[in-house]
Amino acid sequence: MDTRLEPTASSNAASNGGSDVVVRGHELTRRFGEGDTAVDALRGVSLDVQRGQLTAVMGPSGSGKSTLMHILAALDRPTSGHVTIAGTPLGKLNDTEVTKLRREHIGFVFQFFNLLPMLTAEENVLLPLSIAGEKPEPDQFEELLQKVGLTDRRKHRPSELSGGQQQRVAIARALVSRPTVVFADEPTGNLDSKTGGEILELMRESVDSYGQTTMMVTHEARAAAIADRVLFLADGVIARDLGRASTHDVITAMDEITSQ
Amino acid sequence: MISVALRGLAGRKFRALLTAIAIVLGVAMISGTLVLTDTIDRAFTRIFVDSYAGTDAVVSAKSPDLSFEGESVAAPPLPEEVLDQVRKVPSVGAAVGSVFEDSAVKILDSKGEPIVKNAPTFGFGLDSSVARFNPLELEDGRWPTSDREVVIDSGTAEDEGFGVGDRVSVATLQPVRDFQLVGIAQYGGVESLGGATFVVFDIPTAQKLLDREGKLDAISVAARDATSPDELVRDLEGALSDTVKVQTGVEQAEEQSEEVGFFVTFIRYFLLTFGAIALFVGAFVIFNTLSITVAQRTRELATLRTLGASRRQVLGSVLLEALVIGALASVIGLFSGLALASGLNALFKALEIELPTTGLVFSLRTVIVALVVGIVVTMLAGLAPALRATRVPPISAVREGATLPASRFARYWPYVAALMIALAGALLGFSLFVDDIGTTERLLAIAVGVLALFVGVALMSPKLIRPLATIVGWPARRIGGAAGRLAQGNSLRNPGRTAATAAALMIGIALVTFVAVLGAGLRDSNRDAIESQIRADLILTSEDGYTEFVAGASDAAKTAAPARVVTEVREETARVAGSAQNVSGIDPDLITTGYAFDWKEGSDAVLAQLGTDGAIVAENFADDKGLLVGESFTLEAPGGKRAELTVKAIADPPPFYPLLGAVTIPKQTFDSTFERKRNRFVFVDVNGSPEAAKPAVEAAVRKYPDARVQTRSEWIDKEDREFQQFLSMLYVLLALSVIVSIFGIINTLVLSVFERTREVGMLRAVGMTRRQVRRMIRHESIITALIGAALGLPLGVFLAALITQALGQFEIQFKVPTTQLLIFAVVAIVVGIVAAILPARRAARLNVLNALQYE
Ligand SMILES: Nc1ncnc2c1ncn2[C@@H]1O[C@H](COP(=O)(O)OP(=O)(O)OP(=O)(O)O)[C@@H](O)[C@H]1O
Ligand SMILES: [Mg+2]
Repeated sequence: MDTRLEPTASSNAASNGGSDVVVRGHELTRRFGEGDTAVDALRGVSLDVQRGQLTAVMGPSGSGKSTLMHILAALDRPTSGHVTIAGTPLGKLNDTEVTKLRREHIGFVFQFFNLLPMLTAEENVLLPLSIAGEKPEPDQFEELLQKVGLTDRRKHRPSELSGGQQQRVAIARALVSRPTVVFADEPTGNLDSKTGGEILELMRESVDSYGQTTMMVTHEARAAAIADRVLFLADGVIARDLGRASTHDVITAMDEITSQ
Repeated sequence: MISVALRGLAGRKFRALLTAIAIVLGVAMISGTLVLTDTIDRAFTRIFVDSYAGTDAVVSAKSPDLSFEGESVAAPPLPEEVLDQVRKVPSVGAAVGSVFEDSAVKILDSKGEPIVKNAPTFGFGLDSSVARFNPLELEDGRWPTSDREVVIDSGTAEDEGFGVGDRVSVATLQPVRDFQLVGIAQYGGVESLGGATFVVFDIPTAQKLLDREGKLDAISVAARDATSPDELVRDLEGALSDTVKVQTGVEQAEEQSEEVGFFVTFIRYFLLTFGAIALFVGAFVIFNTLSITVAQRTRELATLRTLGASRRQVLGSVLLEALVIGALASVIGLFSGLALASGLNALFKALEIELPTTGLVFSLRTVIVALVVGIVVTMLAGLAPALRATRVPPISAVREGATLPASRFARYWPYVAALMIALAGALLGFSLFVDDIGTTERLLAIAVGVLALFVGVALMSPKLIRPLATIVGWPARRIGGAAGRLAQGNSLRNPGRTAATAAALMIGIALVTFVAVLGAGLRDSNRDAIESQIRADLILTSEDGYTEFVAGASDAAKTAAPARVVTEVREETARVAGSAQNVSGIDPDLITTGYAFDWKEGSDAVLAQLGTDGAIVAENFADDKGLLVGESFTLEAPGGKRAELTVKAIADPPPFYPLLGAVTIPKQTFDSTFERKRNRFVFVDVNGSPEAAKPAVEAAVRKYPDARVQTRSEWIDKEDREFQQFLSMLYVLLALSVIVSIFGIINTLVLSVFERTREVGMLRAVGMTRRQVRRMIRHESIITALIGAALGLPLGVFLAALITQALGQFEIQFKVPTTQLLIFAVVAIVVGIVAAILPARRAARLNVLNALQYE
């Protein structure tokens, strides 16, 4: 796959309703548990994620952000509603098909990095490719490492890296296979403010230079401020859908939602 | 993905090694057994092949092909004239006769005791004039040329410090005599004959000393040039009467190798069984360890899934881990087996079962079997955990504290367990109580049944862990304080894990318990059988207690002053009513002073009416053959003589240990029918106490050192001791599987400690001392081990009861040796303590700060 890591978008999503929609959620609900103790984490969420956009998802704790992410990323299934990724409806896919879809279209950045402790930084980054039995294009791989600032840390183990460096590894790992969309759930949640800022810059840069569609859950207003679109969830529904917004706008919106 | 699995394993080297050890021991046992038995086999083959290397044909008497309880009966000797007939055959280049005796000839040590090591004691009469026929090689000195000279084997010479020129006493069928040691010899190409000894006489001397006047056991023949061995055999067969058997040297060597091969095969399978048991236990340990590792790696596996790894890849990575562990363990086991082979040989030696050896034989077959078995067992044990690993959903990567989802079949396990136990019951019932199935099928059904039983109980045991832990955790709670209470709690956290760990030990404990209970019953049965049959004050047997010995000892005993009545019991195997049976020859008028018949039909009065053709038969034999009192049957001796006999009475000796054969006839008839007139027992009735009379009787039979004089209780004690020795060997062999289960406990504890690093840090932070941490781990270990014992002890008793029941026809008693079982429980505690040492140290050493920060 020589198109990897190139700043052009892949094109197979074009056929599916609207040229630029790469992830679509329709009337998603998710209920955990049964009977009296049942929790409705999502109560009908519909959204389209545009190609090449950085979408931030915000909302109070327990509002269903993570749940929504998991469902859009095919980690979890909705109780009702449909998800379409890169033109493929997830509804009827079996495990093998979902695995294939994940390899091609989805990248992940976790709050707790989830690096494999026995592999070096470089090997961790390459993992999605080696799982798929592919090899990186050397120049582009070098460029990626450079971009995330890991060139001089490539042979280190996760235990020898700082939290910020570990998250850089995780981001590079999400980008390496040039997925259709990268999902990140509170990627800065486990980092201090300065390091978090650097990571956010990196995320933004990947959107700018690779056109990498990205969806990110965050609690930080300044994170939302670098996004192309900010979604606010409250009680399992989308409460507000802003375009580009300033930190101030975001804080105001948050306050309004929380006080409702 | 492959590299991820390998790197992961490399990152857990210590744990991987601990896991591997579980299989190493089993594989080592298998490779050790193969190496040892191959070595023994080669030694025997060398002996036979070398023995007949220069021999084109062998002439011997036709043997009736009798074998009783695995021992084939030696062919009777040939008349010496046959040698002259052979020499007259034109195609014969050279021919010499030889005399061969496998039990009566014994070398005496410096204390005057016969050297007997549970192995044959050969006596040869060899014609050393034609070197090519001589199976032996001189290491020192020369061959005997007079009736005062002998050559002995180099092993005995070395052990006893005999050298050429020394005087050596040798027991034969004549009174013991001194000989001049003129040479020391050995079979070519063999390092040690094991426990076997030999003495070489010249032919006339051997004939005189071994009751073979005018007779030879075999004639070795070499062909004149240009005659092939097959032609020679044909020529000889044409010239000789058809009472002799003629074979080529090669055939003769093969025939003898085959006989011994049967015995080596038996040892091989006997030992392999213990290797298989150890592997089975090892499989439990592997299964458990991999299950725990998979559970602990839930998050890692889920992350791999989110990165696009398929279920197959996850399955593959866990199986690859098992493969590497299995391969590593098998290679280590294979080579440890070489060391173990020497260890096993030493074990046999300690039990005075020495086997001939030569340089260790390490065959390709050993390598392949050890590797394949080790790897396959490990992979099979890894299959279930690997399948479970594939059920880790990707979403576990983002869930804090995600655990392995319960297996889809989890709720069916109790039913599967019940089914397994039912299957085990069916198999055991079938194998033990159905009559007409072959031995192989029976053993296989028992083995599979017991296996299924163990697996079934293991599957069931998670349900039993809570009550059991509460019971066996009582001492921990009492003496362990807070640490003890936590320990019990910890053992209950993951019942499946505790159960699998305990199950591994359960198997070992169940098997030693089985051996102990069955052994106790067998010992009692043995004792009762002897006590109910023997009336004599003193009993003479051969040194080993079971081979027949020189008849002269009986006459010698009569000369002892306190001896009131001396009566002898001859024994030999013959074909009776179509099958091989032991036949006893008695003095009808004296036998009741030494032996008590338990009459089924008839009475002591019948003895006086036996005449020459009367016979007493054992009830089970009579039933078998459908013989009734008054009916006739034919007896055919190994020498070919026949006797027509009539059933005069039916006796019912204890089926477990009948001292007389299936058929008992008057000595007179015995002596006129059988070539070999040797005694199995001589019963002596004395004036005064047996203990006081014993020295006088011993002195009287001093000329026959092979005859051992003992009181009734001494005899029973000796049998007890020998039996105990055999049981000890079983314990040593079963210890292997107990050791494997120790590693299982160590593994589980190490993994649990690793998993609870944070928790241990917290406990230390709130004031738990290192000592308390160690105590906590130790008690958890002891509780696990005691659960193993609590499951294993009853299981073992149950199996023993089952077998006792199944062997009902032998009337074996059932007895639970409580003290011994208590000792096993203590052993379980020790196992727990030993297994805890390393994990406890690791837990206590944890740095509090690091432990708390650990993610
Ligand atoms: N596996 C689960 N089982 C039961 N309830 C769950 C599960 N996962 C989430 N929930 C519930 O669903 C609701 C939404 O949870 P979710 O994790 O999506 O919130 P969130 O917006 O990500 O919150 P936070 O900002 O704290 O991460 C919560 O009430 C939560 O308790
Ligand atoms: Mg969340």
